[in-house]
This record gives sequence, structure tokens and C-alpha cells, in this order.
Amino acid sequence: MMHLGPHAAFIVTAYAAAIAIVAGLVAWILLDRRHLTRMLDDFEAQGITRRSQRGDGEKW
Amino acid sequence: MSLIEFANPSRFVALASRVLPWLSAVTVLAFAVGISQVYLAPDDYQQGATVKIMFIHVPAAWLGIFGWVLMSAAALGTLVWRHPLADVAAKAAAPIGAAFTLMCLVTGSLWGRPMWGTYWVWDARLTSVLVLFLMYLGVIALWRTIDDPTQAARAAAVLTLVGAINIPIIKFSVDWWNTLHQPASVFRLGGPTIHPAILVPLILMAVAFTLLFVTLHLAAMRNEIMRRRVRTLMMLQAGVHAGPS
Repeated sequence: MMHLGPHAAFIVTAYAAAIAIVAGLVAWILLDRRHLTRMLDDFEAQGITRRSQRGDGEKW
Repeated sequence: MSLIEFANPSRFVALASRVLPWLSAVTVLAFAVGISQVYLAPDDYQQGATVKIMFIHVPAAWLGIFGWVLMSAAALGTLVWRHPLADVAAKAAAPIGAAFTLMCLVTGSLWGRPMWGTYWVWDARLTSVLVLFLMYLGVIALWRTIDDPTQAARAAAVLTLVGAINIPIIKFSVDWWNTLHQPASVFRLGGPTIHPAILVPLILMAVAFTLLFVTLHLAAMRNEIMRRRVRTLMMLQAGVHAGPS
């Protein structure tokens, strides 16, 4: 077991905060991707496609 | 295929989708190595075990600054070459840079309390990093305020380039003013002042955090391209439902 001395609470809190911030970022990116993928799938199911998907070239 | 062809959004998404699983795996591996070295690193002769906060605080600070430098380079791509992928890169980097700057502020505050006796002082280094965080929030707010992504990108690019003046202020604040924050101890003339037993884990953690930044940025850029496709399709749908006038 690691001995963190008299300031262990500060060290543990700092690492916990870093983990929480990274976890929040990862969760935000994954949930955003899931939401956007569903929306694109819905459009495709409705037959609404971009011009590039129809072959006449569009930026996005 | 030339490098410029990867600047096409569809090719970029395809490339990012191929690279991201590998990059994620390398990032996890880099953190495993870095954290094992942090665990084995000795205590500092003055600070004791609190030096372990440095292994997350310093990389977070570097990446908070790196995020703004990346946004500034992308801002030039927006304003000079008007490339849409530069807009995407800038927009995707802002929340990630803000998160790393927040991590720097929080961990620095938690390091400061036992070492300095206070969570916060309004010295030049701490204040300029807080200004960086507020500027990130400002750029994110600007992106959300303007509906048209091209117009938003130009406004955000100007704000980013104006805000870039804060980057050298952060770097040299500890030299230009008397600060409670220590001067540079890694990137300085004459080499690092940190013992290799602590410097090596710090560098390994910095590599791991940088890989994490790049991974998250690529994933966020891919999301942003998808968001613009959704926007295009929503406008197309609105046009279909409205019919010819």
C-alpha cells in the first residue's frame, strides 16, 4: 500500500478530480456520437440523403 | 494519396475511424506505464508525497496551453485558407482544452493548499491560467451563439488569435513578475532542474496525456463533421417539407 503522508486527502482528491474530468470528457464524446449516429440513421431511413451520397459532391 | 486529400471531411472521418481504436489502445497502454512509474517514483525531499500531484497538474497545464495553440493554428486555416476542416478542428479542441485547463486549476489548487498554505492567490501565473480557462468558455459560448458554422468559425478564429497573446504571458509570467508559483523547472535554458527519478514519470505521464488529447480531439472532430451533416440534412428536410414557393 502506498503511503501518501499527512496530505493524502489532497493527493487523492486531485487524482479523483482528474479522473472525473477525463471520464466526463469521454462520456460526452461517446454520448454525442451515439446521438448523432441515431439522427443520421433516422434521416437515412426517411430517404433524406446528402448530395455527396447521391454522387454529385457536397462538402459535408 | 497526398496529405491534402485527407483534409476532405469524408476521407478524414474514414481515416479517424480506422486510427481511433489503435490510438485509444496506445493511450491506455501509455497511462498504464505512466501510472506504474508514478507509483514507483520517490517522494520529494521537501514536498513529500504531494509531489505526485505534479504528475497530473503539469501535463494538464501543458495541454491547456497546447489546446489554445492548436486552436490558433486552426484559426489561421479558417481565416487564411477558409478550410472547413480547420473550423472543425478549432471547435472540437475548445472543450477539450477547457477541460485540461480546469484540471490544471483544480489540481494546482489542491497542491497549493498543503505547500503554500492557500488554495488560491491572484499571482500572475494563476491569474493568467484562469484567464485562459475563461477564454475557452468564451470561445465555446461564441460557437453556440452563432447558428451558421462558417460565420461562427470566423468570429471564433478572431477571438482565438486575440486570446493567443495570453499564451506567452502564461509561460513567462513567472519570470516577468514575482509569483508564488515556482519558475519553469522542465522547459528552461540549462535543462530541467528535476531529478530523473521524478522527471521520467512526469515525461511518461505527459506523453500519455498528450495521446489522450489527440484521441479525444480526433473523436470530437469526427462528431463535429457528423453534426454538420445532420444540420445539412435538417435544412434539406425543411426544404422538402416547405415545398416550392
